[in-house]
Amino acid sequence: MESIILQIAARHMRPLLLVLSLIVLYRGHNEPGGGFIGGLMFGAAYILYAMAFGVKKTQKTLFFNPINLTALGLLVALASGIPAIFAGDLFMTGEWYTFFEHTAFELKLGTPLLFDVGVYFAVAGMLMMVMFSLMEE
Amino acid sequence: MILVLPIILPLLFMVVLMFTRRWLLFQQTFSLLGSIVLTFTSFLILLDVYQNGIMSLQPGSWEAPFGITLVADTFSALMMVTTSFVSIVVMIFSPGFIDKERQTAGYYPLVFGLLMGVNGAFITGDIFNLYVWYEVMLTSSFVLIALGGSPEQLRGSIKYVTINFVASLFFVGAIGILYGQAGTLNMADLAAKMRMWEGGNYINGALMLFFIAFSVKSALVPFFFWLPASYHTPPIAITALFAGTLTKVGVYTMFRFYSLFIVFDQQFWQMFILILAGLTMFIGVLMAASQFDIRKILSFHIISQVGYMIMGLGIFTVTGIAGAIYFTIHNMLSKTNTFLAGGLVYQRSGSYDLKYLGGLYKASPFLALLFFIPAMSLAGIPPLPGFFGKFFLIKGGFEAQQYFITAVAILTGLFTLFSMVKIWNEAYWKKEPEEVKQRDGKVHPSTFFATALLAVAVILLGVFAGPVIEVCLDAGQQIVNPEMYINAVLGR
Repeated sequence: MESIILQIAARHMRPLLLVLSLIVLYRGHNEPGGGFIGGLMFGAAYILYAMAFGVKKTQKTLFFNPINLTALGLLVALASGIPAIFAGDLFMTGEWYTFFEHTAFELKLGTPLLFDVGVYFAVAGMLMMVMFSLMEE
Repeated sequence: MILVLPIILPLLFMVVLMFTRRWLLFQQTFSLLGSIVLTFTSFLILLDVYQNGIMSLQPGSWEAPFGITLVADTFSALMMVTTSFVSIVVMIFSPGFIDKERQTAGYYPLVFGLLMGVNGAFITGDIFNLYVWYEVMLTSSFVLIALGGSPEQLRGSIKYVTINFVASLFFVGAIGILYGQAGTLNMADLAAKMRMWEGGNYINGALMLFFIAFSVKSALVPFFFWLPASYHTPPIAITALFAGTLTKVGVYTMFRFYSLFIVFDQQFWQMFILILAGLTMFIGVLMAASQFDIRKILSFHIISQVGYMIMGLGIFTVTGIAGAIYFTIHNMLSKTNTFLAGGLVYQRSGSYDLKYLGGLYKASPFLALLFFIPAMSLAGIPPLPGFFGKFFLIKGGFEAQQYFITAVAILTGLFTLFSMVKIWNEAYWKKEPEEVKQRDGKVHPSTFFATALLAVAVILLGVFAGPVIEVCLDAGQQIVNPEMYINAVLGR
């Protein structure tokens, strides 16, 4: 199926969805949102592209393999448990760090965000892997 | 801190294997090393638990009823050691048996995914977390059973996936009801609360839903039909891994739940479980005796053997439980071993069908011996471990004055011997059928070595039955006295 409207929309929607997915990911740190939804949006961006241009063409524009993305996500999620061990706490304890303290850009980040990033990659990779193999049929 | 390793290590290995999935040789060696490391870690946990009592950990530093608890008692540590040992053997066996396409399509990462789920189910102390580990385990097994995508495999996996989804539905439903009733899902906390309640009319409904879910996963009567319909379809290395791990997780969970949560109407539950155990072992073995495919005979056999384990649970004395635990360990090793020996038969003759087999004893006595050891162990011939397992179960049965179930167990033992002798007679002893030209296949050295290694382990389990039974008695004490578990988690 070749639809010019879909193709143009997909081309423009992809970067937009990617940026939005990052926003949702970061927002999930304190508000509704998070790695899972962000990951779904990340995956949806490429699935929309694949619907418009076909799976082969989409895979050419990907600079990573979805399976590797999933593995990377699992690795990041696992790594988010490690800082707690160095801080002397039990594995997976949330550790918080403040950046740019006492300035206008004060930023509190913690290992839960790192875990969310892991979920983000894992969900996106898994979604793409499943959808691409279904659409290839 | 060592308690998180049985979950983290498989995850780490899985990630590494996912990145390197095209490098066949690396996959084979790395996963073998990985399973050896895993066995070593589990063994350290077992030693620690046996010496210092039940171990518990609160990852994330959330206190006991609120966070997810990881608990290891002797039973779960024993199960982890056995599972990871089985995985070593399967990792040695696989390179010589499974074709290259399947091996590079993610076979090794999936096995570690399965192990992560199994280990997680063994050491979690939270019911919802238990459900998650079940799903991790089942998802990996769904993919493993369909890996390669031959039509027969897909047919089998549809049945497997469907029935297991229904079981998961029961599982989640029961969790919801239980949470609504008790307001907690931490196993130790829940068990402590239930012991303070006046009456538990409603809780039995949720427990029955749990029981249905677990009896589907461990293939009890009347929920066993999925197992023989699907287990014979994938390459036999995968079936052997499933036989050694999956159904036993269901059995383990039943032991844990029975010990902690059966506070009300104990007599009903005991009777109920004993009846199901008797039916399971007897029906399983009868159906096994009527089959002609080696893999199907062995699959039906799994069901019958699960009956024995549940019988130990129904007796619920220290001797009975210890016997059941020893029997479970023996079964994980011997059952996997018979499946692997079946794989050797296939490599040698190109068929699993007893009608087209024959004369294997004359052709290669060593291969015959490798089947003979685990088969006689399953049938319960001394000095192999099956004998000691059954001996303790039957002793426990007599001590608890459950004569009927004990009689069924002894009768089932006879039929087990019959079905094992059937494979022996047909595949190894009888003359080669003349109308079929035997394929004189080569047995790969790695498959031969793996099967021999496991057979040696089976013999050693029988020879060192004394010390192993000691450990099992310790585990039995912990199961019969759930206060030890509750106190270890809640830190009283």
